Amino acid sequence: MNTKTPLSSKNTIEFRGVSFHINDILTRAIVSGISLEIPQGETLVLLGRSGSGKTTLLKLMNGMLLPTKGEILVQDRSTAAWDPIRLRRGMGYVIQDAGLFPHFTVAENIGLVPSLESWGISLTAARVDEMLQLVGLDPREFSHRRPRELSGGQRQRVGVARALAADPPILLMDEPFGALDPVTRAELQREFSALARRLGKTIVFVTHDLREALLLASRIVLLEVGRIVACATPQEFLRLDHPEVRAFTSSLAIAPGTPA
Amino acid sequence: MSPQMTTWSFFADHRAEILGATLDHLALVVIAMIIAILIGVPLGMFIVQRPALRTIALGIASIFQTIPSLALFGFLIPIPFIGGIGKRTAIVALVLYALLPILRNTYVGLTGIDPAVLESADAMGMTRAQILFRVRFPLALAVILAGIRTATIITIGVATIAAAIGAGGLGTFIFRGVALVSDALILAGALPAALLALLADFLLGLLERRLKVS
Repeated sequence: MNTKTPLSSKNTIEFRGVSFHINDILTRAIVSGISLEIPQGETLVLLGRSGSGKTTLLKLMNGMLLPTKGEILVQDRSTAAWDPIRLRRGMGYVIQDAGLFPHFTVAENIGLVPSLESWGISLTAARVDEMLQLVGLDPREFSHRRPRELSGGQRQRVGVARALAADPPILLMDEPFGALDPVTRAELQREFSALARRLGKTIVFVTHDLREALLLASRIVLLEVGRIVACATPQEFLRLDHPEVRAFTSSLAIAPGTPA
Repeated sequence: MSPQMTTWSFFADHRAEILGATLDHLALVVIAMIIAILIGVPLGMFIVQRPALRTIALGIASIFQTIPSLALFGFLIPIPFIGGIGKRTAIVALVLYALLPILRNTYVGLTGIDPAVLESADAMGMTRAQILFRVRFPLALAVILAGIRTATIITIGVATIAAAIGAGGLGTFIFRGVALVSDALILAGALPAALLALLADFLLGLLERRLKVS
């Protein structure tokens, strides 16, 4: 039984003409007309202002939201056809506040999905140590701590370790470094960029920070009020002539220093 | 003889009776609380996902709280099976009183959890049952226990009135004392009841602090 990787190895995510509406008083489109292919091993950064629909796209990928129109294929199968539990176990997920379970130790947090997948105690424990080392935390020092005994940066490291623990082929990250102080953020960005290259996973990374996007992305997708307005490699992106692209690049120019 | 002397000597002379009544009282409270917890906590877990039932369940529980306790005991007497004179009727009334704090705190505890934690649990592919039992419930435990603590203290007080329908307990002394205009008799019921309430508050408070997850 292949419990380690619920998804098969050919892990592409594909959006086919996807729209997502919510019905309150009026029908509001959160995202519309999204078509996008994410090949295996890519680090795709979804860039955009607050409310541009970045997080919605992430939640459409792991079936927390289902599209109103069109479909999203994960491993060539529509998210609507997937068993949501199987789909999500194959996707690591990291959010801004890490969302660590406060009543679990660091080791229990990281070992959760492996234990849900019945890896067994010794295999899970070994994996937890391995993951802690991967994110630069000493297992002897951190395994038994609770999330409240960690700094913000340490918490995000544990969040990344937890997302990677069951070795999912896909990693979804929603502004994971957004709440950190600038120094810690830069440190984690650098380390994560190296880690991402080493792991070869398909990563979808949401941010509103162009600098972060340029550092991490193999491709940047820019969203503006629920639509894709640009899609380019970091080098190409800076040369694009679109008002929203210029809005983002000019935000860079104000800040001292040059992007990586 | 001064009134204090009377009270003291009354306590001394009736030690066994007072102790017996205190144990009876405690038995009423413990049985009622066990039943109230067995109903209130699962019901609270059940209504978390069902908004329509939530309003009805919390509404009914609130109504029972607003009925004066003596009246509630009176209402229950003519009802077949659960009514009549004695302990059974008293326990039913005590359960109805204890239900609201337990139900409400269970509901509030289970719903008042950091949305980021619940979102992670969902996104990690935990099933609804796993989220309820492994995330929501342990995180809500301190709040649920606070409800149980409130309910226990209310029940210890209300149980003194159960003596009016022949359920025994410390209320027996109080009613007799009122009838005979005897402070000593009233105190023989009221003091142990107050001490029980303080003790329960203290012990459950200790447990609550230990279960709290910050």
